[in-house]
Amino acid sequence: MGDLHVMRDDLRPPDPPARRHLISIADLTRDDVERLLGTARSFERALEREMKKLPTLRGRLVVNVFYESSTRTSSSFELAAKRLSADTMSIKASGSAVDKGESLKDTAITLGAYDPDVIVLRHPHIGAPQLVARVTEARIVNAGDGKHQHPTQALLDLYTIQESFGRIEGLHVAIVGDVLHSRVARSNIQALALLGARVTLVGPPPLLPRGIEAMGCETTTDIDAIGAADVVYVLRMQQERMQEGANYVPSLREYTARWGVTPERLRPGQKVMHPGPMNRGVEIDPRVADAGDALIEMQVRAGLVVRMAVLYDLLTTGPAAVKAELPVEVA
Amino acid sequence: MPKLFVKDAPRENLVVRGARVLDPAEGIDTQVDVKVDDGTIAELGSNLPVNGHRVLDGAGLVLAPAFVDPHVHLRTPGREDEETIASGTQAAAAGGYCAILAMPNTEPVVDSAAVLGALGEQARADAEVSVGFLAAISKGQAGTELTEMAELAEEGAVGFTDDGRPVVASSLMWRALQYSSITSRPLAVHCEDPTLSRGGHMHEGTVSAELGIGGWPSIAESVMVERDLALAEYEGRTLHLMHLSAHESVEALRRAQAVGIKATAEVTPHHLVLTDEAVRSLNPNVKMNPPLGADQDRQALIEALREGTISCVATDHAPHARHEKEVPFEAAPFGVTGLETAFSALFTHLVEPGLLELGTLLERMSSGPARAYGLEAPRVAVGAQANLVLLDPGASWRVTEDGFRSRSTNSWLLGETLKGRVRATIAAGRLVHEA
Repeated sequence: MGDLHVMRDDLRPPDPPARRHLISIADLTRDDVERLLGTARSFERALEREMKKLPTLRGRLVVNVFYESSTRTSSSFELAAKRLSADTMSIKASGSAVDKGESLKDTAITLGAYDPDVIVLRHPHIGAPQLVARVTEARIVNAGDGKHQHPTQALLDLYTIQESFGRIEGLHVAIVGDVLHSRVARSNIQALALLGARVTLVGPPPLLPRGIEAMGCETTTDIDAIGAADVVYVLRMQQERMQEGANYVPSLREYTARWGVTPERLRPGQKVMHPGPMNRGVEIDPRVADAGDALIEMQVRAGLVVRMAVLYDLLTTGPAAVKAELPVEVA
Repeated sequence: MPKLFVKDAPRENLVVRGARVLDPAEGIDTQVDVKVDDGTIAELGSNLPVNGHRVLDGAGLVLAPAFVDPHVHLRTPGREDEETIASGTQAAAAGGYCAILAMPNTEPVVDSAAVLGALGEQARADAEVSVGFLAAISKGQAGTELTEMAELAEEGAVGFTDDGRPVVASSLMWRALQYSSITSRPLAVHCEDPTLSRGGHMHEGTVSAELGIGGWPSIAESVMVERDLALAEYEGRTLHLMHLSAHESVEALRRAQAVGIKATAEVTPHHLVLTDEAVRSLNPNVKMNPPLGADQDRQALIEALREGTISCVATDHAPHARHEKEVPFEAAPFGVTGLETAFSALFTHLVEPGLLELGTLLERMSSGPARAYGLEAPRVAVGAQANLVLLDPGASWRVTEDGFRSRSTNSWLLGETLKGRVRATIAAGRLVHEA
């Protein structure tokens, strides 16, 4: 004989929130972006303290799976998870079962058996994050899928612009270089358009994808167009994606002469950004990279707090007042 | 003579009662009973006596010449895990087909009389519906040396193609056209300039730009269409253009036909129904070669099919093992299945919305393809072998994995509800499918 308990509706624990992922900027609303940037700002302040570790995600498991090489993205995701006290595990394709021909599906099922809360995935193919989401219970953060999306890069870029200008709406951003092979460009075009910035793509004709204007941007092959922009965003010349004989550009020498971002092509006060790693002397003149108007180091620091915000956001119900919730106590 | 192979089995005695008989090529559209004696159409008339024949109730249904698919991959020999002659022809029967033509891009390639002969033997034992085999244009489909086309033609090859890949060298295509004057079999061409399509996984346009998937420009097809038409005109030979997908190709074909170049063409159900917008789903089952085009391409293909510039519907039925398609879009192989869904897909998406007459669709799925390959067209006529399909325009059904006879389930229609259903198929005088 047990007691009969009648639970009042308002005492019932709420249903667990729907599992959310961050796969594409296209899935976000402007409110989502502003919430994430606000959360990142709170974390930035928290990191100014002497003890930089927050207990927020204690007991959670974040698994980083990188099928492509990465320095800043993988390290900043790992540090972001650690700063929030989550357990982390990093798997690289080389040296793992992937080398032995294991399929993405089977690798994902294997990792899923450890019940990770979040899987951060970088993969050379679009659609890989969705596939992993289908076969695991984890929330998926896309850390780059082929040439498609790199949403946390776009968010950290927005954060950097916001910190530097105090606004995003109404700014003019010129994105220069190899747009065709760039997931950074695609994510940024969508993110900037979502927040009301004007985007102009500048580059050699074969590297400006046919039909890209439909994403809400302008295109030009004239490098002088960058003079009109508030921000000049320089893309990496992705030599590893250049198939031999594809002739996207005749030579890097010609590319640099025509589309390299040099001090002569900039006007005072213009801010310069680059997602890294840079090819100094190819797409960006070293004098530009090292100048005071370059926001490149700021982007790297933004990467940490934005990725902390993304992990936090996916593992909580979302738009909570982050600042009030951040405990002072540290682990 | 081109040979078709089918299982040897007792022929049927039956009467189809009360159906609307629709044979556009014969000019028939009337409600009439059709009697089949020992596999041959014996009589058309009202209230025909049954005489112990089996009766199929056709009330509310359409009886038409069964379909002919000019483009099927049976994956045999080599990939029997994906399809066999038995499973592929069962799938064809379920789709209303009485005859299908199999492509030679198997392992090994059908490039010798020995391989072709063995396939014929196997088909005589296993094929539910008639199968014809195309042989390769080049040995191993390597694009360098011609196959022994005269001997292959004698062995019964229905035509020649390197389908799956283009004939890259213009000189080889030229020689093949010259040589085809002694085989009297059409050359069927997969038009693709590989230097233009390289790295492409979908149509180059606004969708590929946004998704960052390697673009495949429509001109990769149309420049080869133009080249092959020019070569065919120069040699005065016949050409069959496979699975056209681009509006530029349609326009080139229309111009060529207007000046008397002897060229036929086919189009697939997926190119008639879908556009590159479908790729946003990242479903590997909307990845095919050639890729899905833009809406402008789809409209041009529908118009060309309606007016007859394109005279054949071809499924390009391309089975793939499940694990090969359970990968990200760019890593997946090209190709989708189609035999069991072609009629319903086109009835649902073209006939029902008023884009194409039912009679035109039936003609393009049956006598159109037969004519392109010089085969006897299925028809509703006394004395003709019974090759008939009984269609239910009012039925709707859901496409599910467990409903397929094919060994593979890589259909672009999985989960969709379609209108129009094949109720029965009579092929070579045998009732091979009933639903």
